[in-house]
Amino acid sequence: MLKQTPFHPRLAELSQSQAWGNWAGYLSAMRYDLSTKHEYFGVRNGAGFFDTSPLHKYWIRGRDAEKFLSYAFARDIRTLKPGRAQYTIWCDDSGYVMEDGVIFRYSSDEFLLTAAEPNLGYLRQLARPFDVEVVDCSEDYASLALQGPRSRVILEALTPDISELRYFGFAETKIADTPVTVSRTGFSGDLGYELLIPASDALRVFDAIMDAGRPHGLRPYGDEALGMTRIEAGLPLIGVEFSSSRYAFTADERFTPDELGLGWLLKGIDDPTRPFIGRDAIIRERMEGTSRWRTVGITVSWQDYYNLFTSHGLLAEPDEIPVAWDTMIYNDKDKRIGYATSFMYSPVLQRHVGIARLKPKYAEPGTEVFIEQTVNHEYINVRATVTTLPFYNPERKTA
Amino acid sequence: MSETHAYDAIVIGGGHNGLTNAAYLAQAGQRVLVLEQRHLVGGAAITEELRPGFSFTTFSYALSLLRPEIIQELDLVRFGFMPLFMRSHFAPMDNGDYFLTGPDAAVNRAEIARHSKADVDGMDRFLHDTARVKQFIRPLFDNIPPNLFSDDPADTERMAWLVKHLGTADKKLLHDTVRLLTGSISDFVDDYLESDIIKATICSAACVGIKLGPMSPGSGINWLYLSMGEHDGFMGEWSFHKGGNGGFTQVLARAATAYGAEIRLDSHVSSLITEGGEVRGVVLDDGTEFRAPVVVSSLDPRRTFLQIADPRELPADLVDTIQRFRFQGVTSKVNFALDGIPYYPALGDRTDQYGGFINVAPSVEYMERAYDAAKYGWYSEHPYIDASIQSFIDPDMAPPGKHVMSCYVMYTPYKLKDSTWDAQAENMADRVQATMQRFFPNFNDLVLQREIVTPETIESKTGLSEGNIYAGEFFPHQMYFFRPAPGYSDYRTPIRGYYQCGSGTHPGGCVIGAPGRFASQQVLADAKR
Repeated sequence: MLKQTPFHPRLAELSQSQAWGNWAGYLSAMRYDLSTKHEYFGVRNGAGFFDTSPLHKYWIRGRDAEKFLSYAFARDIRTLKPGRAQYTIWCDDSGYVMEDGVIFRYSSDEFLLTAAEPNLGYLRQLARPFDVEVVDCSEDYASLALQGPRSRVILEALTPDISELRYFGFAETKIADTPVTVSRTGFSGDLGYELLIPASDALRVFDAIMDAGRPHGLRPYGDEALGMTRIEAGLPLIGVEFSSSRYAFTADERFTPDELGLGWLLKGIDDPTRPFIGRDAIIRERMEGTSRWRTVGITVSWQDYYNLFTSHGLLAEPDEIPVAWDTMIYNDKDKRIGYATSFMYSPVLQRHVGIARLKPKYAEPGTEVFIEQTVNHEYINVRATVTTLPFYNPERKTA
Repeated sequence: MSETHAYDAIVIGGGHNGLTNAAYLAQAGQRVLVLEQRHLVGGAAITEELRPGFSFTTFSYALSLLRPEIIQELDLVRFGFMPLFMRSHFAPMDNGDYFLTGPDAAVNRAEIARHSKADVDGMDRFLHDTARVKQFIRPLFDNIPPNLFSDDPADTERMAWLVKHLGTADKKLLHDTVRLLTGSISDFVDDYLESDIIKATICSAACVGIKLGPMSPGSGINWLYLSMGEHDGFMGEWSFHKGGNGGFTQVLARAATAYGAEIRLDSHVSSLITEGGEVRGVVLDDGTEFRAPVVVSSLDPRRTFLQIADPRELPADLVDTIQRFRFQGVTSKVNFALDGIPYYPALGDRTDQYGGFINVAPSVEYMERAYDAAKYGWYSEHPYIDASIQSFIDPDMAPPGKHVMSCYVMYTPYKLKDSTWDAQAENMADRVQATMQRFFPNFNDLVLQREIVTPETIESKTGLSEGNIYAGEFFPHQMYFFRPAPGYSDYRTPIRGYYQCGSGTHPGGCVIGAPGRFASQQVLADAKR
């Protein structure tokens, strides 16, 4: 039996499609509506909410907490002030990315980590030499992402404390007399917030949010719309763009931060006062220029996509639901130069977009590449253009 | 008073085709001036805040047939282009039941089966057969038609292409195409379907904007035309633009300006300046002159040829055809500000039926009888209403919990028998409101304000002759290489340097942009000669 998140009784009522998937052993909606695009526009043009409760959540507390995390994680935790959160990754000794997560700093020695994969055993083992405790609180909290241009005004009606929250800031406040943590974070690339709510009071808070959101057209969105928004935002997803290096069998399954386009997290890597796992290997990779891949965006022109189908007598009806497998990419000599890990039609961009891993010499923005499509039972390559990420980045996200 | 400027091209009219044309010309490096008579651009595609927080789409209300090429070539996304998905189509019925379709084909089949099991595959066959017709017609739609009466090599080439293309159709496809181009939509639909509400839902799309009922021969071409929308690549799909159609024309204005075009508001052009059969510029009402070797009129054919140009400078056959060109607008709008969401008893507390068009056309006969009135110079007792609650799709169009509802009303003829629109507008709007009240029992209580737009309003505000929203009827003899007149369908005019880019040219009306785009191609091609 799959488990149900604390919000499930309400979500089941809201679901027209009853299209449930399995996320970390929980029933998790693929979509609630009959249309993924409809849910997607909730996020892009109103407000949508996504149940993130299946995320693993860990308290990391103790005198050495900062010291421990600055060693365990590749991004410098020392730059994180209380009341702020940061996206981070952790690597193995060879400098390959294991996993990613978001870490919240509640005080000088108290942190909360949210991650898609279980890490309790790993973190506890790693923490042995430190004065720090790692506590799994995954089931203590329900969590909800409230995303979209209307998310702020909905939350403000419930708690004015969030009005001044900056991007990646968070506040401990109350909604419906329940203590909650509201952070200005999310996976949509839009203005948005995430709420951490005691599981026992999840429905009370949920109902208050629904009441506040109703006049604003707040609606739920599932995994498919989440995928659309995060691809437009250029955000990698574990299990899609990469998987944990610790479970890899081959080098082709492992990627370094630079190869995943996450090199920006490594600011200050040269600082000798912060040794972290994977640091030496990453420095070596950079010095020797051994990165095998670059992660880039690719776009397909509408006309090219259209012609691909009409030239075969077919209608060109693009699918906005992200393709769930790799799509091969070639150069103009028909030589394989990489693959798209995510690919979809973007309604706000009015063209197909993808996140791709290409050999470095093909990764310059503007480079012409060719992506393989199946048309009329044939593999046919359609022209694509290399771009930077993200594809979609409205000012309101950080304003 | 006289001031002189030098431009490569002047575009008369800042409606969506004028702006599209200007954006293309400017993108190609031309110095372009757009002259718009009103205080805002958009023509018939505007959004106005008539009540604080409530945005009304005064005239046109949906992003209907906008050509995808234009979105891409002008890079409109960069300027804020944002078409919003219409999730559903809702048709209330006289008996309190409804026909509600949405984004899931299997769920739609179940809904069709509720009305007729035979119509489940009947609808599938109808959709497939008509998709083939649309696929076949699309290249005609999206290319400049050949001028049958020209010896220009480009036209010879276009004619050869057309003959070849027609030859690719099989018997059924060609026959279906001709049936739709010449026949009535209800006759066509009768071959596939038996449920009246399902037939009415399809036929209603043929009754927008033309002075014909669903049973009239000639309604098929309008259905086919309006099915050429291609939102997100899906044939037949329409969308709403963020902020209404005014939001869309603001995007076009931003694009045109970014490419270098200049837009001058409150500038009503009174006439052309010509010299020896060539255009030299235009004169405004206040006598201001602007000079350019190219002038592109986005106005309808009557104003392009009989008002702005001096008919004496034009061939008599053109003047004669344009004088006989049928406008005869029949449409009105009643736009409502609502205090909440309308209630439909059979759907209880559901609201998802409002995700697209609300089609008040409970039977084919209902629409045909609504049309009957127009034949005799009067407006329908029971109007056909194509409504949409745009704030349900775009929450920014009304304050939280409140709504704006656009009601597109058929049939309300431009010329009333023995009365005027001044005298009849309120009564017409009362009928619209009463019709909505009949289906939505809380409707009257919700109305905060209403805006009435009659064919006369359309004519006086936008300049569209007789209030025809398409800048000329969609009759087969006024389409393709006959639009606006045989021999004058190539966006050029007999006055050298004077071009036409309005909806009175191929393909025709709706928020489509194709006339503006095609005209720019002709202007730029001629500039190279």
